[in-house]
Amino acid sequence: MTYFVLLAGYGEMPGWDELTAEEQEAGMAKHVAFDEACAARPGVEMLSQAALGDGSMATTLRTRGGEMITTDGPFAEAAEQIGGYYLLDAPDLDTVIELCKVLPAYDIDIRPVLDGP
Amino acid sequence: MTSTSGRSSTGPDGVVEPVFRAEWGRLLARLVARTRRLDLAEDALAEAFARAADRWPRDGVPDNPAGWLYTTAYRQVVGWLRAEATAGRKAPLVAVRPGWVPPDDDQEAWADDRLPLILLCCHPALPAGSRSALALRLVIGTSTEQIARLFLVPTPTMAARLTRAKKKIVLAGIPLGAPPVEELRSRLDEVCRTIYLTFTAGYTPGAGPDLLRTDLAGDAVRLAALLHDLVPDAHQVRSTLALLLLQHSRRDARLQSGRLVTLAEQDRALWRADELRAGLELVDGLQPDEGYAEELRLQALIAAAHARAPTAAATDWPAIAGYYAALEARTGSAIVRLNRAVAVAEVDGPEAGLALLADLDEALPDNHRVAAVRAELARRDGDVELARASYRTAIGLCANAVERAHLTAQLDALS
Repeated sequence: MTYFVLLAGYGEMPGWDELTAEEQEAGMAKHVAFDEACAARPGVEMLSQAALGDGSMATTLRTRGGEMITTDGPFAEAAEQIGGYYLLDAPDLDTVIELCKVLPAYDIDIRPVLDGP
Repeated sequence: MTSTSGRSSTGPDGVVEPVFRAEWGRLLARLVARTRRLDLAEDALAEAFARAADRWPRDGVPDNPAGWLYTTAYRQVVGWLRAEATAGRKAPLVAVRPGWVPPDDDQEAWADDRLPLILLCCHPALPAGSRSALALRLVIGTSTEQIARLFLVPTPTMAARLTRAKKKIVLAGIPLGAPPVEELRSRLDEVCRTIYLTFTAGYTPGAGPDLLRTDLAGDAVRLAALLHDLVPDAHQVRSTLALLLLQHSRRDARLQSGRLVTLAEQDRALWRADELRAGLELVDGLQPDEGYAEELRLQALIAAAHARAPTAAATDWPAIAGYYAALEARTGSAIVRLNRAVAVAEVDGPEAGLALLADLDEALPDNHRVAAVRAELARRDGDVELARASYRTAIGLCANAVERAHLTAQLDALS
């Protein structure tokens, strides 16, 4: 099964920019550990991953009344904090949840990727 | 007598009903484990029981009823799988944990499949209401109609809830199989929460003849008893069963002439002695613990204290107040504080109870029970004005007609 793992928010953690250099290094180390945990786990394959530009770098497109409107910023307050994603194959949901425990304490949204048409 | 399947125990399928009660969960668990097709397994087993209801009254009950049903259902699934294979779509299989070994058809081992099925139904990734519905439907065999009745919703609503939950299990890859050892305790906590939610649904006031659905609350007790059989060493499971047995034993005393009877007013001769005994025995074996297990133990101790009192006047309120205090310290729950206020009022007088209610209007703004308790304590304290105002507030907030009538009667009795 393919899962889209969205790092949707910082939870109780301070934002990335508020961390000291040491804290940022520790955070990066957890991301590396996550990659390693995925590589070591049978039936798990990392397909794609990326850190995403923060909310201030976002551009939103909205179509209302047939017209597409372009604005600066994310589509909602909640989306400000989206920091990155992983796309991975795993045998089941519990495997993904266990692996996510290795990551820093983000708010995480796990979606199954639906099979194509 | 209405069965969990919703069918009568007399008549042509009266021979099937006891087999249904005993075997549905075991058989379904084995079928799901064997085929990984949650959708087909349930339908096939239901058809097998329907066929049994048709044949067995004529042909006699087979020597091995469970085996007959399993073989019939399994053959049906295989037939459907063959038909599907030609359609060329990808099969909606339940995910399994790595290391999962499909069972072979050793009948002795069928009982083992129910724990993975319970854990599947009660997975935290499923909505709370869906967990209850799935556990009742798949493990106990309660019909969709009866589950809808339990939760006071229309049958199509409950049917849709079940369908969505089964869809999520397959699409999100919620797996069959043992959780990692370090997770088992928290997963069992979740199962116990689900069972307790299911139980209390039966005691949430409805309307008319369905004011309480204690028969269906009984299905939750069966679930707790089954789980206790499967994991006898798990403390939270033991506490849950104790708590449910003790609360459920009072069911015959809860209603009188279509109205709810409070604990203080209940005819204790109507409490079921054998269930009380079983519950008290379980409580006596409990040791102090941590986390959710300890919360459940404290609730069970409170229920046991009520159970041990031969009359309302003989209730050990100081002990109960102590347990509520410990529970409040653990959970910070406003509802617990409300119940504690009642106990403290019994021990130290109404003023002491009223003092504890001070912050609760803010914490529980729409809850009529805060106002109702305040009214009762104010009445005992001789503060008629506060009692009157509080009863009025409670009546305004109360959504249930029977409870509202009870409060109105209390208000009228003041004048």
